[in-house]
Amino acid sequence: MSDIKFTRALADPDHALKPAGRPGPLGKPLVLANDGLPEEEKAWFCDAYPTASGPYKGILENFLNWARSKSLWILGFGTGCGAIELRPLMTSRFDMYRFGIQPRPTPRQSSVFVIGGYASVKTLKRIVRSYEQMMGPKFVVALGSCTINGGMYWDSYNTINAIEHYIPVDVYIAGCMPRPEALLAGFKELQRKIRRGECEGAVKYAENFEWYKANQKKVIHDWNMPDYNY
Amino acid sequence: MEPSIPLRIAYAFASLAVITVYGLLLIGSMARISAKVQGRVGQPVWQPFIDIVKSSGKRNSISHGVMFWLGPVFRLAGGVGTYMFVPAVLGSVVFQNFSMSGDLLLVMYFIFFGQLGMALGASEGGHPYSAIGVSRGLAQMTAFEVPFALSIISIAVQYGTLDITKIVMAQQGGFLNWTLFTNPLAVVAAMIAFLGMSGHNPFSVVIAPQEIPIGPPTEYQSNLLGMLQTNRAVFNGAKLVLYMNLFFGGATNVPVMVVKTFLIYFVNIFVGQAFPRFRTDQAIRFFLGVPTLIGIAAVVLFAF
Amino acid sequence: MRTIPADIAERFEVGPLVSKRADLSTLDVDAKDVPELLARLRDRHGYRHLSFVTATDQIEEGVFVLTYMLHNHADNHSLGVKCRVGRENAVMESCHLLWEQMWTYQRELKELFGIDFPGSPRVDESFVLEGWIDIPPMRREFDTREYSERTFPTRPGRSTKDPATHMKEKLYPEAL
Ligand code: SF4
Repeated sequence: MSDIKFTRALADPDHALKPAGRPGPLGKPLVLANDGLPEEEKAWFCDAYPTASGPYKGILENFLNWARSKSLWILGFGTGCGAIELRPLMTSRFDMYRFGIQPRPTPRQSSVFVIGGYASVKTLKRIVRSYEQMMGPKFVVALGSCTINGGMYWDSYNTINAIEHYIPVDVYIAGCMPRPEALLAGFKELQRKIRRGECEGAVKYAENFEWYKANQKKVIHDWNMPDYNY
Repeated sequence: MEPSIPLRIAYAFASLAVITVYGLLLIGSMARISAKVQGRVGQPVWQPFIDIVKSSGKRNSISHGVMFWLGPVFRLAGGVGTYMFVPAVLGSVVFQNFSMSGDLLLVMYFIFFGQLGMALGASEGGHPYSAIGVSRGLAQMTAFEVPFALSIISIAVQYGTLDITKIVMAQQGGFLNWTLFTNPLAVVAAMIAFLGMSGHNPFSVVIAPQEIPIGPPTEYQSNLLGMLQTNRAVFNGAKLVLYMNLFFGGATNVPVMVVKTFLIYFVNIFVGQAFPRFRTDQAIRFFLGVPTLIGIAAVVLFAF
Repeated sequence: MRTIPADIAERFEVGPLVSKRADLSTLDVDAKDVPELLARLRDRHGYRHLSFVTATDQIEEGVFVLTYMLHNHADNHSLGVKCRVGRENAVMESCHLLWEQMWTYQRELKELFGIDFPGSPRVDESFVLEGWIDIPPMRREFDTREYSERTFPTRPGRSTKDPATHMKEKLYPEAL
């Protein structure tokens, strides 16, 4: 899917996390720095690394994957111009409910995050927070050229160019902006991928956590949130 | 013949399973009917089942402590409790539940209990939207409880008992014996309260499932959410069965029960598709206005 | 034909009134006179509405041109008051007492152009950019492309075509 190598080369050494590989000494879970928080707030937030649960195999998992693909709950968070194309999906003309797709207002309950186009650095901060608050398995659909390579904002000082450096993406939908039909096709593709058991973004995120964090911290300069919003 | 206690428990589980499946199908089919009204195809009838499987199949979940975890448990207890003390089908061994052991007051208590437990649990999540949802929910519930309680008082006076089985018995023998015809005012008040209880339009602001504040369950996820979804089906079924027993002559076999409860639930869709949503304060004012007056009239008519 | 009102002409050193459209004129004025002039326009001449405040970077002349756009609703006329501020350590007197929304405009100018308005409420807080660490991005010496390439990793293989030549190639290949 992605041609990105998970190296630490991209990471800015100043912002890189403590070199704390997951299996710590004595097998104890390693502790996050929670860099951005003031000292007295650090205790309020979880300081454990995310653990990868899965990928699993077997009949039960296949059944669950089928259920997941048939019940996609979108996080109602429109992050760019493309979000305007999500609205028509609810109308009688496109009717996404027939595929089991529903909008959901809270990250806790939703399983699909639709990145609706360009993400400014300010929005990226919220995207990361919301993404981390979702419960795995979680899927990301990225709309529009902006999420793929920057689109028409490729040289902007304030929008990131490739979203997959910051969170794992399962399906891209190209276009500027993609029509609702394209969105439906994208969701169908996502369903097929889930059923094949290929959408393990949450696992990927947990396994390459340092890489993602370092990338995020490289562009989000005023990091004032916990390092991982479980 | 009186079945033994283990057998009764087994029957109760069977009856619970039936009402859960039925409740879920009911929710699914009503969603589909609404979709048709709006000119859509709509979700499959079995969508609620898939949603529950999916929610329960999530790989991780978070908790905010024991109270948070207990919220859905209380809620489920409220739903199951309501159902367990109502005879789903009169004279059936399997579906009579434990209706001999409890009366109308206990059932009303259970209706309230689930909401309160949920309120406690949801506030534990610490999310501001939960608090908003809880306060909206409790305010609206207090309001619709007034016409509902008045109508219950009215039929308690009418039949001279609080025992649900006796109330159903009194309505047997022709539909003219139904409370619907013997005490229409109480039925009207209770049906309006029912609209509020089911949380469809125009009283859907408490659990606005697709808008920003989803209501009390904002922080609930994974298996806890699955539990809440299951409860929704059980609770719906329980309320429908209760209404059928109190006002529409009960049922002597399963098909009659299905038809009657379906039609009662259909009132929600009928009203909900025709009216826009009330704000919470408007809903409270509405419930404390005409429906309450109707309820009072129903009481006065039978008390004197 | 609009003319500069007499009381303004005699109090301030103002440039000519340039009429851009029937309902839009601009007026050049010295930076130090701006607050007083705005107050007078607002209180005596009916320009009660502040439409916006903006800056243009005239890097060749070494100045920022600040434009305060006022509107007179009775007259349906907009008046842009322009003044020039040096680019180095750009400082301008704050006018936040005249219109409250001036706070926000001045905060924005501080963030995007680096023009300081001492005394303006919350002027040092970030406005749209959170945690900006480079030079203000709307200054013309800021190279947005270079910044983007330096900061945001891209997917390899992106190519850009000049729209004019590309369309010519596609539509009229014989003309090339
Ligand atoms: S791809 Fe086009 S429509 Fe989508 S966010 Fe970018 S500019 Fe907007």
